[in-house]
Amino acid sequence: MTVACAACVAVPMADNVAIGPALQFSLPTVHCAACIGKIERGLAQLNGVTNVRVNLSLKRVSISGTVDPDAALSALKTLGFEAYALDLQALETAQDSAGRALLVRLAVAGFAMMNVMLLSVAVWSGAEAATRDLFHLISAMIALPTVAYAGQPFFNNALSALKVGRLNMDVPISLAILLAAGMSLFETLNSGAHAYFDAALSLTFFLLIGRYLDHRTRTAARSAAKELSALEVHTAQVLKGDSAVSMPTLEIRKGDTLLVPTGVRVPIDGVLNSGKALLDRSLLTGESDAVTVLGGAELQAGEVNLGRAITITTIVDGTDTSLRQMAALVETAENGRNRYTSLADRAAQIYAPAVHVLALVAFVGWVGVNGDIRHALNIAIAVLIITCPCALGLAVPAVSTSAISRLYSKGFLVKHATALERLAEVDHIVFDKTGTLTLPAHVDVSDLSADEQSVVTALAQASQHAWSRAVLSELPNTASASLSLIKEEIGEGIQAHWQGQTVALGRGEWLGASFTGLGLRIGESPAKQLHTQERLRDGIAEALDQMKLPCEMITGDRLAPAEVIADQLDIGFMANARPEDKLDRLAALRGAGQTVLMVGDGLNDTAALASAHASVAPSTALDASRNAADVVVLKEDFADLPSLLRIARMTRRLSQQNFAIAAIYNFIAVPIALAGFATPLAAALAMSASSVTVLLSAQRIRFVA
Amino acid sequence: MNVLVILIPVSLTLGACGLVAFLWTIRSNQYDDAQGNAERILIDND
Repeated sequence: MTVACAACVAVPMADNVAIGPALQFSLPTVHCAACIGKIERGLAQLNGVTNVRVNLSLKRVSISGTVDPDAALSALKTLGFEAYALDLQALETAQDSAGRALLVRLAVAGFAMMNVMLLSVAVWSGAEAATRDLFHLISAMIALPTVAYAGQPFFNNALSALKVGRLNMDVPISLAILLAAGMSLFETLNSGAHAYFDAALSLTFFLLIGRYLDHRTRTAARSAAKELSALEVHTAQVLKGDSAVSMPTLEIRKGDTLLVPTGVRVPIDGVLNSGKALLDRSLLTGESDAVTVLGGAELQAGEVNLGRAITITTIVDGTDTSLRQMAALVETAENGRNRYTSLADRAAQIYAPAVHVLALVAFVGWVGVNGDIRHALNIAIAVLIITCPCALGLAVPAVSTSAISRLYSKGFLVKHATALERLAEVDHIVFDKTGTLTLPAHVDVSDLSADEQSVVTALAQASQHAWSRAVLSELPNTASASLSLIKEEIGEGIQAHWQGQTVALGRGEWLGASFTGLGLRIGESPAKQLHTQERLRDGIAEALDQMKLPCEMITGDRLAPAEVIADQLDIGFMANARPEDKLDRLAALRGAGQTVLMVGDGLNDTAALASAHASVAPSTALDASRNAADVVVLKEDFADLPSLLRIARMTRRLSQQNFAIAAIYNFIAVPIALAGFATPLAAALAMSASSVTVLLSAQRIRFVA
Repeated sequence: MNVLVILIPVSLTLGACGLVAFLWTIRSNQYDDAQGNAERILIDND
């Protein structure tokens, strides 16, 4: 096979040039005007760029023109921003048409409400006889079409609930809106004193606000899921004759030959054609050490090729990899989680029947008192309007919408609508080790002389390998020695000439030494081993300190590396754990009455992530694990983990307080309505005041650190 | 009384203008990046 040389590997990558408004990158750290200016100016200088636009709310940049994705990515890195390429196909940039339709209904309801309110104020301040009837008639002309148009989301939901014989929140809402509008029309035509057109409209208006916010929360969760799958570019290099073609993984068939360049994940399960391969299996098993496999071995999708470029022959279709099967498994597990009843639903289950009973009692009671059906119906409608769950419909969505956007600005993608409520209940945390608590490769360079350090720096600069980058990050200020004849043996190491001697940085075996790890050899002297060690993720120690919750670590890795990390963080641990062991441990904790938060990234954590009460994954996790997680941390730093829990708890507390506010209003207003003293003015005041208080109170989530 | 014949249509028309303007802003994607638009005012374009 001629393809294994470095140049050939580079060619198909360079061919992969996008045309049109083709590139989007996720920028988790962009946050201000200066960032926007810097990125837009910086990228505009790239060759072929016609337009750059940063979207700060979505933390994304779109680039149009003929641009090489790699060039754009490295330009962003040079500007100092973390950037991740997004797969446009997975993103489906379609407009949110449902959200827009709601917004239009909201606008129409708001317009009608203002105009009718204007006319109502005239009536309330004493318009009489013909003037009052005229005002009521004009109100009816505005209100009736508006209710018919803007109220449709509620009517449709109520109808579909009634069809299956259930009561939901929309039934009393629709009843209140329709009865109020209908009764007011009847009163107007009979020159009655009270009309509730303004109430019918403000009900529609406030409830549409709640509905819109709720929709925003849900689409935020859905688009988070889309953004996540877009983070992974789902293509693979297929060998056709002598050249490699980039193809979507889904279109690859069993028996195709794939090229897997250095540092890239194996896209589809296959058999290794090359003689030997060095693989990182940490995403699948949690092992931190790389494994060497020989030709003919079976490779699983998700393993990372650390060695030189390899070729594999696929043994399944692209639609059928073990990873995809795992993702499907997770989806079924998720259904169990969907059975979790949210705070709002629980409130609705109690509230909806109560409202109906109360209105019925008012009607029957007043018919019994004076036999006047028209009067009794008026009072029953006043009760329905006042108890109508305006504030209730706003209580949860108002808080969770601001909480989710607040978390997004801190680098957390909330994927599940009930995730915050479940996170608030967590009292025990289980961590995975490799890739979650730790990041790979910390190279110990402390016992190298100054000369050796400058040689190592120069050699490392010549390579893109993960170890080289780790070396460079250890020696940021070292001047590099001047080398000549630099040559990289992909998967083995780099060698060059320095002051007449051959110097080499690479794997121990390649250097002719007895150890297997990373080593440095200068001239003929024996190779010197550079100890590589996992590095703790930034901010994790502080985060554990702050959270003050019992934590433990379960890892598939060996005892020794696990112990090192557990000691550093001072937490309990379990090593050599298989995925089933993780599940068993979670089940045991659940049995002991704990609600567990699982934090993990690998395929071996996926089942645990799906079965835990709540789960968090870093953005570097596999697709399957990210799908299983409720929240994905976009930043590399975990220091904000405690504020995720704090915001989740605050969200729950504020939602409960909002329910309380709504309840207090009802306690005061319902007796007045039942007694028959509620005028349309009183109803309008009570309703608006409670809705506005709830909306304002929800904004307090912004002040949680 | 007669003044109402003018005032009510005027108030309705003004309200309708507001509504139409709002619908236009929705149609032309002006709510896609509220945070970004708020910050963009600070960028020096010269």
